[in-house]
Amino acid sequence: MGATEDRTPRAARSGGWLWLALLALVAALLLSVACGKFPLDVGQIVASLFARLTGSASPLPETAEAVIWNVRLPRVVAGVIVGAALGVAGAAFQGMFRNPLVSPDILGVSAGCGLGASLAILVGASVGTVAAVAFAGGLVAVSLVTWVAAGAREHEPVLVMVLAGVAVSALLGAGISMVKLLADPTVQLPAITFWLLGGLNAVTWADLRYAAPIALVALLPMWLWRWRINLLTLPDDEAAALGTHVAQLRLLVVTAATLMTAAAVAMSGIVGWVGLVVPHVARLVVGPEFGRLLPMSLLCGAVFVVLADTLARTVAPIELPLSVLTSMVGVPVFLWLLGRRRQPG
Amino acid sequence: MAVRRLGARSAERGVSVHRRHFLLGLAGLAVARRVRSADRPLVEIFGKTPRRIERVFVAGPPAAVLMYSLAPERMLGWPMQLSAVARSMLAAPARDLPMLGRLTGRGSTVTVESLMALRPDLILDTGSVDENYRSTAQRVAAQTGLPYALVDGRLADSARQLLEVGALLGSESRARELAEYAREALSTAARLSVGRAGPAPGVYLARGANGLETALTDSINGEVLAAAGGRNVADARGGVARVSLEDVLAWNPDWIVTQNPEFKASAATDGAWRAVTAVREGRLLLLPSQPFGWLDGPPGVNRLLGVRWLAARLHREDLSEAETLAEAQRFHQLFYGQPLTAELLRAQFDGRY
Repeated sequence: MGATEDRTPRAARSGGWLWLALLALVAALLLSVACGKFPLDVGQIVASLFARLTGSASPLPETAEAVIWNVRLPRVVAGVIVGAALGVAGAAFQGMFRNPLVSPDILGVSAGCGLGASLAILVGASVGTVAAVAFAGGLVAVSLVTWVAAGAREHEPVLVMVLAGVAVSALLGAGISMVKLLADPTVQLPAITFWLLGGLNAVTWADLRYAAPIALVALLPMWLWRWRINLLTLPDDEAAALGTHVAQLRLLVVTAATLMTAAAVAMSGIVGWVGLVVPHVARLVVGPEFGRLLPMSLLCGAVFVVLADTLARTVAPIELPLSVLTSMVGVPVFLWLLGRRRQPG
Repeated sequence: MAVRRLGARSAERGVSVHRRHFLLGLAGLAVARRVRSADRPLVEIFGKTPRRIERVFVAGPPAAVLMYSLAPERMLGWPMQLSAVARSMLAAPARDLPMLGRLTGRGSTVTVESLMALRPDLILDTGSVDENYRSTAQRVAAQTGLPYALVDGRLADSARQLLEVGALLGSESRARELAEYAREALSTAARLSVGRAGPAPGVYLARGANGLETALTDSINGEVLAAAGGRNVADARGGVARVSLEDVLAWNPDWIVTQNPEFKASAATDGAWRAVTAVREGRLLLLPSQPFGWLDGPPGVNRLLGVRWLAARLHREDLSEAETLAEAQRFHQLFYGQPLTAELLRAQFDGRY
């Protein structure tokens, strides 16, 4: 099926778009590494990169080296992972739920991560533990939703899942409010609020050691079955008629999307609108076919978050919450897309 | 650019503007406000004037420290959960009072009904006072018929706070004793920093387990730094903000202070933090956080010990462990009515609590 599709003119055109997106990502990465508040010029950064590549001693002072290798690079890599994970998970969910308003947190993963993190901050856990508990919280929330949806056999399974997701998210949101009330208002409450606002300011290689492998492992099945995932956009009986185990495939998508979202959110906190808007933009360029939509969403998401985070850390004397910036860009784009959609054709 | 600002007692507050030029324009306004507040009493009372005050409900953690220091026997309970360590460092019976919750408008954890059921003679609140808190106080006073005393909690005014609240409670002699300490602590700190040659040392206040939250220059949570003769490197207007390690590296502070043992332990070994000169050269200071923080947490009279100690640490070469212990013991005895053991203080400086 994939082989025949690849020869269409649209596929050829979208191939060009993919290369362009890849180029944009490379440009965004270079820009992001070059920008920051610690004064470093491009020549110094190139010298440091060159020194690492050739294994020679760096000409830069130790502090400048630390800025490049321990602060900016992990942050840029984290931006790529968060953007890519949210973009891919959003694209998969929008197709699977046959609904363009769905975002990766529709099944409660963000709320679960948020509650996990808030509880961990409340009991004074270490940074690593907060991330681990957040990750676990996300998985538990989605497992709960899946389990509830599996029990409700009389209704349309996709609809039940969305409704259960909304309900569980609301419950977990109430839990977060409860934790915020109990938190110490001068020390813990700001920490919880900052976590929920999302941001990459505290990312280190240690965070990436966990988040990157999980995101990659979750991406793999999505990538391998990317053509097949198209079938989930069909009504269940039609998909089944084409020889698909719909329920199994759906579980695969939910598991993979949840794992990558939870890994991203546990590292960055809640970053809104990426998973909702990025797939729309990607679809606009390469069309709804998931085999092409997946790499495009991945690249667009990565570019978007890397650029937004570059702004977050450079425009004000202190850090701006990443979520605020992604919303400020994402919401107008989304509204524009809505307006566009209403036009016939 | 809009920045989320987190106040001392409530996270659900407005948005502040972070453009220098705009702020400079506002500076004149701020000066006018300062002048006006100088002739206004620190304590504003909403509702009917209280007569005999036997039962006091404290609205938030800073007020709790103030009340505990002045008249613990008249406290009804605590607005926050005290840790076991904190309780062991406070005097009975106040330390065993129940946790009643806090009263901060919509972020309250105590209901108006349970507040009224406690039959307090006075509600006492202190912190950074603005129109939002004033109107909240007014409403609560009108709704409950209870007098509500709102106290501006700026560190520099500590002595006046103690005296005015002491007068309100009828504990003048106790208040004078504590106010004397406050005056002495603040003036000692000021003298040390004035006597020093060269510019004020840059200080970064690291909050949170990763050390990347900080209190900005103007905030009630960061006041201790300036009072101790330091220059807060996070020079922006607002409350508590988030920064990145790159900001800290660019600021290159002479000192880093924290109350978070977790951060102190991880920064010392973390490769990224080792790039900060102050960390590498051992100028990362962990200050005690129990029973109440020396720097913040809450921003109350508990900071008087911290400001005095920090000023000595920043400006004197010869601050000894014995002197630190003696000063801390004096403060604990005076304000908390309970002796402080050398082991307990040592444990806190070592990050074992």
